[in-house]
Amino acid sequence: MIHSLWMNDQMLFSCSGCVSACTLVSFSTVLGCHPCFRLNMFSKGTKRKFSDGGEEISEETLVGARMASSYSLQRQSLLDMSLIKLQLCHMLVEPNLCRSVLIANTVRQIQEEMTHDGSWQVVTEAFCSAGQSPSERLVATEVLCRSREQDAEPKLFSVISYEGCREEEVVADETLCSVSVSDAVSNVCLAGSIGQCWEKSDVETDDEALEDSRLGSGEDEEIDTEDEPSREGPKTIGQVFGTFEIKNSSPGPDSALEELFSDVDTSYYDLDTMLTGMQSAPKMGPYDLLDSLAPSHGSSSIVSAPNCRSDLNELDHIMEIIVGS
Amino acid sequence: MGEDGESPKINHSFLRDYVTEADVISTVEFNQTGDLLATGDKGGRVVIFQRETEPKGESEELCESGEYNVYSTFQSHEPDFDYLKSLEIEEKINKIRWLPQQNAAHFLLSTNDKTIKLWKVSERDKRPEGYNLKDEEGRIKDISTVTSLRVPVLKPTDLMVEVRPRRIFANGHTYHVNSISVNSDGETYLSADDLRINMWHLDITDRSFNIVDIKPANMEDLTEVITAAEFHPHHCHMFVYSSSKGTLRLCDMRESALCDKHSKIFEEPEDPGNRSFFSEIISSVSDVKFSHSGRYLLTRDYLTVKVWDLNMEKGPVETYQVHEYLRSKLCSLYENDCIFDKFECVWNSTDSVIMTGAYNSFFRMFDRETGRGVTLEAWRESSKPRAVLRTRRVYTGGRRRRGDVGVDSLDFSKKILHMAWHPAENIIAIAATNNLYIFQDRVNPENQ
Repeated sequence: MIHSLWMNDQMLFSCSGCVSACTLVSFSTVLGCHPCFRLNMFSKGTKRKFSDGGEEISEETLVGARMASSYSLQRQSLLDMSLIKLQLCHMLVEPNLCRSVLIANTVRQIQEEMTHDGSWQVVTEAFCSAGQSPSERLVATEVLCRSREQDAEPKLFSVISYEGCREEEVVADETLCSVSVSDAVSNVCLAGSIGQCWEKSDVETDDEALEDSRLGSGEDEEIDTEDEPSREGPKTIGQVFGTFEIKNSSPGPDSALEELFSDVDTSYYDLDTMLTGMQSAPKMGPYDLLDSLAPSHGSSSIVSAPNCRSDLNELDHIMEIIVGS
Repeated sequence: MGEDGESPKINHSFLRDYVTEADVISTVEFNQTGDLLATGDKGGRVVIFQRETEPKGESEELCESGEYNVYSTFQSHEPDFDYLKSLEIEEKINKIRWLPQQNAAHFLLSTNDKTIKLWKVSERDKRPEGYNLKDEEGRIKDISTVTSLRVPVLKPTDLMVEVRPRRIFANGHTYHVNSISVNSDGETYLSADDLRINMWHLDITDRSFNIVDIKPANMEDLTEVITAAEFHPHHCHMFVYSSSKGTLRLCDMRESALCDKHSKIFEEPEDPGNRSFFSEIISSVSDVKFSHSGRYLLTRDYLTVKVWDLNMEKGPVETYQVHEYLRSKLCSLYENDCIFDKFECVWNSTDSVIMTGAYNSFFRMFDRETGRGVTLEAWRESSKPRAVLRTRRVYTGGRRRRGDVGVDSLDFSKKILHMAWHPAENIIAIAATNNLYIFQDRVNPENQ
């Protein structure tokens, strides 16, 4: 019986992953086992000036651009897959912490890389223009935006994306890349209103940091460290592992964020869900889903929860008293 | 050992195929003498096999050895429910470890995700007969019918194996227990979950000492978990634990009460040429075992097994590729979650051969002296009882031989995760889903 249960889970993942399956054909080739391609391409830190169409664009640049964009596509689908994996947890049994940690680390890695090459801003910008409504996409954004590592270890390699870049790019050294906004968005499924809101400030911060870097500060780690997202960072990753024990809630969210969700239908909000799930979730992320899904409630709580942040904070407070954490 | 299928030197016999009622086996362990073999399954049951002591058949037969038969079956853990988190606690047996035998009874520790239990396995082959106050069925006799007194005598009966829980070590772990290891002092043992390692005394169930705690103050900073832990086979103060980032930490309990700070850390620097998004996942160590000598460590990560010398921390002394052909398939394996499979690894009794499992019912053995590896298959359709096990090969290029299996036709649902090697002889027990295979080397039953 248990055996067949496992098989079903496997099939479940296959189904959820089938969206990205079509891009996975050469996925491994690009991402899995030929990372040296990127190193070869971008091993020397050279200052390049992107030229508009019309001037000579070398064959190599074109090929490189194409491969880079397929790399981005595939990286994006890896990201989607990882987030789906984090969201789909075994509702009856506690999810495997080791697996969750490894997937979360992968998501973090992708997100850092995307931030490095500015694709993250790409996604956000395009999303702003598209004006999509927050749904589970928002959840994904939360995770990515908030997962900030505080340590400043240098990246092993850098990713420089040349896809349809419009602005000047400067590559100071291997670990530093500053690619500005591009509107060539391949996949916008990972942007959400929350991301939209503070990603803008993210962009600004980044630009300032970029300026500094161009002046040759050489402190590549600092560029990544943005204050706003890191403030919210602690919450989301914690939610993944928060499933496993009761945590203290944190101070309330931005009112701006609440405004964004004012149009979200609150009818799904279920007090019992939150209480039973024993989670304080002032902000929702895919990791929060692990919590709220744990008591076998539907994903409806995902959408509604962000809207009820202040209520949740009260609930958290009450729960803390009850549980005595 | 040779990779060649036609090598006459290997002569393994397939003894018996045991089906444990369609439940998936989750752990396999020989006791210290090898006479008993315990398996745990996902249904929370433990099945103990015992080796027959009298050799069967003609005694002229070279190295005729006993076979393993079912000795006892019992329900170790039941499904449980954590009311606080509204989550079920699986009854799956994660690990079984035997205690060294001290008297006629055998003791073993079995654990699920949360609770460790100590079981006493004892035999009863005599029963008293001739009670004065009770009749043969146990009913109380009418005293008026008793005319004389007699002394009850012990009469032999059919062998009965009794298994009783002697200790229940509960509430020690918030996270899922992945390892237990009995200390060489015979009095204590450790249990490791994802973030903490506790040390227990076998006689004390309401207290345990926390010796490792890697839980960060903020759970959002969590990037590494404990994947396996084991005590040193001879030094009762030393133990090792592995992490999901591919590091091994050797700890000395004499240094401090809380061994968060390791004595030694074993880590192989990452190969920048092979780096990908999956690098960390495939570097996660799924199993760690001390060699019998205590000098080496054996670790298994997703694609390799590595032998480490305790005296050298900067990298393994030997690395063996288990299924390198999967490196280009990592993304698909990530998608179907196979990349998170936790394979075990084992030493043979002389530490000269190491073994680990793979997919498609294959398992691999590596001879440390020659550095060569062989692929074998645990699949009943290709093996008859007492047939010689032939070596298999996965086709990865070059000349294709008959019987080679292509990488794309590998069955990833048939994975060999759990296995055990007899402590003294060349007998191995392989768990393949719900089947247990016991193989014996007929040519070299004793290790040279």
